[in-house]
Amino acid sequence: MSFGPHLLLATLEGLVTSAVLALMALGLSLVFGVMRVVNVAHGEFFMLGAVVAWWVASIVGGHPAVGFLAALVVSPLVVAAVAFAAERLVLRRLSYEPEATIVATIGLLYIIQQLALTFYGPEARPVEAPFSIRVTLPWFGYSGYKLFVIAVAALLVVATWLMLTRTRAGLLMRATQYDRETAQAFAIPVDRVYAGVFALGAGLAAIAAVLIVPIQQAHYLMGLDPLLLSFIVVIIGGLGSLRGTVLAAVLIGLSDGIISVFFSPTLAKMLATLLVALVLVFRPQGLFGTAPR
Amino acid sequence: MTDIGSKGARRAGGLTRRGALKGMGAAAGLALGPGFVRYAQAQSSEPIRIGFQAHRTGIGAAYGRWYERVTEAAVARINEEGGINGRPVEIVVEDDGTDPARGAEVVEKFANQHKTDIVYGTLFSHVVTGSAPAAGELKMPYYVVSEGYHVASGRLNRWVVQPGITDVRSQVTSVAPWISGNLGKKVTMIYPDYAFGHDHRDFFEPAIAAQGGEVIAKVPIPPTESSFTRYFPQIPSETEVIYHVMVGPAVLTFVKEMGDFFGSGGPALFGFIDSLEAVALSSPGLEFLEGSHFWEGMARYAQPDMPDYERAYREAVGIDDSGASLDDPKDVSTAAHMFGCWETLYVIKAAMEMADYKGPDDRAKVIEATEAMSGFDAGINHPQGAKRFNGKLHQCFGHQNISLVENSALKVVHRTSIEDGLYEPEADYTAQPF
Repeated sequence: MSFGPHLLLATLEGLVTSAVLALMALGLSLVFGVMRVVNVAHGEFFMLGAVVAWWVASIVGGHPAVGFLAALVVSPLVVAAVAFAAERLVLRRLSYEPEATIVATIGLLYIIQQLALTFYGPEARPVEAPFSIRVTLPWFGYSGYKLFVIAVAALLVVATWLMLTRTRAGLLMRATQYDRETAQAFAIPVDRVYAGVFALGAGLAAIAAVLIVPIQQAHYLMGLDPLLLSFIVVIIGGLGSLRGTVLAAVLIGLSDGIISVFFSPTLAKMLATLLVALVLVFRPQGLFGTAPR
Repeated sequence: MTDIGSKGARRAGGLTRRGALKGMGAAAGLALGPGFVRYAQAQSSEPIRIGFQAHRTGIGAAYGRWYERVTEAAVARINEEGGINGRPVEIVVEDDGTDPARGAEVVEKFANQHKTDIVYGTLFSHVVTGSAPAAGELKMPYYVVSEGYHVASGRLNRWVVQPGITDVRSQVTSVAPWISGNLGKKVTMIYPDYAFGHDHRDFFEPAIAAQGGEVIAKVPIPPTESSFTRYFPQIPSETEVIYHVMVGPAVLTFVKEMGDFFGSGGPALFGFIDSLEAVALSSPGLEFLEGSHFWEGMARYAQPDMPDYERAYREAVGIDDSGASLDDPKDVSTAAHMFGCWETLYVIKAAMEMADYKGPDDRAKVIEATEAMSGFDAGINHPQGAKRFNGKLHQCFGHQNISLVENSALKVVHRTSIEDGLYEPEADYTAQPF
């Protein structure tokens, strides 16, 4: 394959990775930014989203698009509800102490993963894509659904952005993130904002999972890889900085796609990890993060 | 952030000595508990205990579940027929997490805690390779159902035997003539980049070269990969056959993305069913496989000319005509591999009876008895077919099936002879001391 089409393929693949990563890392970043909680169980919310999507799609009959759309609505709600419950029952009781919440979310990770293994099983199960259009290019074919994923993820990132900057709920979240005590002094229900943010973060991971599950199948171990990549993205972008997170997701996704097509996927992972190390050494607050006050 | 941290530190200081002691006591109780359940002394009616190292969790879990079901079915049948030497057989299951380090721990646990007579089980080659040294050190017979070349290569030790399933080298050697004769001579290989895939790479290349064919490109894929499109540009356009052997949960993605990439105009496909064990062929996205061929150790779908003993075996392990569980048609079996558990247990029975096994002191005798075997006849004890056993290699040789995907089902179109899969032996375990 000549250079041009090769690069096109690499870019498309990179954009799909970016799209999913952006949604997922956005959730992680939001939770850290507002709550100062490093949510190690974030990948399991992603997995849970995929498993619920499979479950919904297999119950709803008819055209695959019906099942998919139902999953796109139900799955994030279910996962957000699980996250909400976890926040109320676990994180709040730990007073959101950083060390305690890390250990608690690690525990949550194993609980969710093993419950999925017990009740869903060890198989990788597919959800049928809402449509199967193969885009035929002169050099290779490409899945039309993957292009759809890129578009939907971009829309959702913009929607989250608007929600945070233009709505009252977003304002409350930003105020809580900026200064928890002062926000509380201004009668912002910080406690409820925390629960909402944790549920929203998990919901974003679940949406990413529903989008990816027609490409990658639901499997109980699927949360680990995206979790690591999300951490990479969030660290590079700056913990808590949403703009940084989205840009870093695009950067990591594209470089991952392009480097793995032209060189090797292992090299892509190595470079991403190296970038994290460099960022941590030279700019610990991340590319777009602000230094802690 | 710092003030929150110091609050946490204060709270951690509140741990009392009494609380800590209670916790430690409980943990010690948990760790020791199962070890006390043990027979007071060996008696002739005491069950023979077989430690079953199972992939209950981890990437091998789908295989592990079916290995466990087949093991249960075989043991039930063995016990109905009077057990081994008149003693009932009892299976002790431990999860190896499809992890080599855990696998070695499990072998030690069987030897020291459960006091099993032998250890058996497990599929993934890295777990076997990781567990074999422990079996050797503990002088514990270790019967594996793993199909990697690691046993026959001589890299393991005298305590490891694979009598119930053929190895990858034998499998690829026996299918190479059919591939070059029916599909094409210019082959691109796509395989996972670890031991199992390397066995395919190392042995298929000379095997196809011997048939006048050629491997024109090799595409290794890291085992944790979840997206494959990025690898397809490495497939040269003059490729006639894509030889694919992928394992793990991402295989459906692999096939779908290959379908998107090539459409209907791509090269012929030859795959190892390892990719799609426990996956229904009617799954969305697999339409692309229609008309392609697969290696199958044992046929997943009931074939019209199936012998009676094969039918009886399928009934005993609880699979329907399409190879799915009788209880749940969505629960597809790992039919191409799991027969190895059934057959291995019957080899263990035969070896223990030949050795007149009385207790752990006779473990070496069981290995010697196995080494003395030369083959197994097809029948209900060996439903996959007749096998030849090489005692020096600790490895059996058998027939392989090549199946065509037709109407989302697998139809066996060719069955290789045992001779097709023979190769020059590289090892002699019988020369090693116990």
